Amino acid sequence: MISTAITDLYYGFGVALEPHNLMYCFLGVLVGNLVGVLPGMGPVATISILLPLTFGMQPVPAILMLSGVYYGAQYGGAICSILLNLPCHPPHAVTCLDGFPMTKQGKGGTALGITIIAAFIGASFGITEMIFLAPFLVKMALEFGPAEVCSLMLVGLLAGSTLAKGSPLKGIAMTVFGLLVGIVGSDIETGQPRFTFGITELFDGVEIVALALGLFGVAEFLNSINNTETVDMKYAKVGISDMFPSKADLKKAFFPMIRGTILGSLCALIPGTGPTIASFVSYATEKKISKTPERFGHGAIEGVACPEASTHSSVQGDFIPTMSLGIPGDTVMALLLGALIIHGIVPGPQLISQHADIFWGLIASFWIGNILLVVLNVPMIGLWVKMLSIPYRYLYPSAMFFVCIGVYAANNDMFQVGETLFIGILGYILLRLDFHPAPILLGFVLGPRFEENFRRSLLISRGDLTTFIDRPISAFFLLICVVLIGAQIYVWLRKPKIIEEEKAIEAQVPTTPYSELAE
Amino acid sequence: MEKFKLKRDYYAGGLMILIGVGAAVIGAGYKFGSLARMGPGFMPVMLGIVLAFLGILIAGTTLASSEPDDARFLPANPQWFGWACIIAGPILFIVLGTYAGMIPAVFACVFVCALGDKTATYKSSAILAAGITVFGVLLFHYLLAVPFPLMRGVDL
Repeated sequence: MISTAITDLYYGFGVALEPHNLMYCFLGVLVGNLVGVLPGMGPVATISILLPLTFGMQPVPAILMLSGVYYGAQYGGAICSILLNLPCHPPHAVTCLDGFPMTKQGKGGTALGITIIAAFIGASFGITEMIFLAPFLVKMALEFGPAEVCSLMLVGLLAGSTLAKGSPLKGIAMTVFGLLVGIVGSDIETGQPRFTFGITELFDGVEIVALALGLFGVAEFLNSINNTETVDMKYAKVGISDMFPSKADLKKAFFPMIRGTILGSLCALIPGTGPTIASFVSYATEKKISKTPERFGHGAIEGVACPEASTHSSVQGDFIPTMSLGIPGDTVMALLLGALIIHGIVPGPQLISQHADIFWGLIASFWIGNILLVVLNVPMIGLWVKMLSIPYRYLYPSAMFFVCIGVYAANNDMFQVGETLFIGILGYILLRLDFHPAPILLGFVLGPRFEENFRRSLLISRGDLTTFIDRPISAFFLLICVVLIGAQIYVWLRKPKIIEEEKAIEAQVPTTPYSELAE
Repeated sequence: MEKFKLKRDYYAGGLMILIGVGAAVIGAGYKFGSLARMGPGFMPVMLGIVLAFLGILIAGTTLASSEPDDARFLPANPQWFGWACIIAGPILFIVLGTYAGMIPAVFACVFVCALGDKTATYKSSAILAAGITVFGVLLFHYLLAVPFPLMRGVDL
């Protein structure tokens, strides 16, 4: 098994190192790194803007570039947290707790250096996990019939909505709302137009780019206008030479990095638990097993190394369920899945065998991209720090321009711009009512496939609902769903200690209006 | 009985009930079919009912919780002017993009959006809008060749 993995990987490097693909991978990580640094811009909005521009490209470079934006943004996200105490990117929010005190002590450069090392170790492990686990999952998934696919999607949808931030009930409501938005358009079997209100442009359904940019672009601008703090650049002075941590620091950070990496990769395997949860869990764990927990919050290097390693390991691991099963774990993955579908690639277990170039090329590009990011971040840190001081009043009008033209370019249709605006206003209303918009996108992307498989499995069983329980694999997935719901009810009724502790850590993290949507 | 407080979650639950019932009612107009042969109306009706049910739960659990939450729907400092500017931006983009072309559409969109910030002036917004317009034309018209005439009626 190892030898086939190595041959496949060798093939993947061949794909990823083609000059054309390499260029787009570089472009992706560069743009990702940039938006990661900029407060108020997130990978979701950026990928949605870039998505229509990839329509004319080959699928391989398009996917490499869009994925590069995602993990590139993670490298940039930590800079904001450590130097400015601004948790612009939820996965890095917890890094503020010890990163910013280190900056105040004049050790900001060391913190950034450790972050980069932790990031690389975490990412490397996540990629290795993907190489070995994804083909294994595929072998399992090839046995799945429509009933199993259906139950598995239910797990993904439930986990995505209940394990995210905020009230789980509202999360599920948003998923169902997303499923309803996914229904808009002509029915695949009968051609009957549904929820189109007689608007011809809606017969093809809601455009994924319009939905994503409405929810994560326009709604975000409405939320943050005149609502952002001025950035305090007092401590943000870092040179290249500050970035190399001392041997003692490295020694202190080594085991926390390994622990963070393993925790992150475990979190990645559970659908719905993305990098944000991974970073919080690993910070809490590290604090608990530390001999000197009182140092945490006052610039403990472990408090930076562990969550950062776990974020990056989980970011790479996130790709596993998306690429092998076609079930995205979070918003970014839902978008990438949408991108695959637009490029005519059917996501699911057949992807690895039918589109080996995409799968192995993507994995190889992860290595290349991560090395590029390490190389980029060390000499360019001065530039990134300067970017931090760009005020929001210049950022959001520019971003609005990208939103408008990006949506227009998707279909060369002005109707989509209006659609985006409408969804944006609706998204802001939902946000004010404490709904998190991330599950909407998840429901939207999975909705049509869920309905198709649901219909098909009941067609096969002649309308017998017990088919979902009679088939053992499907029954197992449904059991997970029951456990997920049961756990939520338990938490709601009993409020166990672990949750309280995590809440306590969450409460320490400084809040910023940006962070609500930037995930 | 304690004075009935309007909590945000009532609005939230109410909105979900509204959307759910609406979806179910519209969905009922499509062919429902049977479990074995589902029509196009099956999923919309089912999802609508589930959403309405979740709405009831959301509003209901607020009743049960004792936590004080009289947070109002509007934020503490409503930004009516800022919101208006942000919403006006894309509208101007659509109108000017359809009738006048890319250059006026981009300039107007960025200019109006930028005015929404309370520290912005006409001059700073105009400079930003001009910069973005030049950049946008170079990137989207010349480099990416998005089919969007720079100026309608004028051959550039």
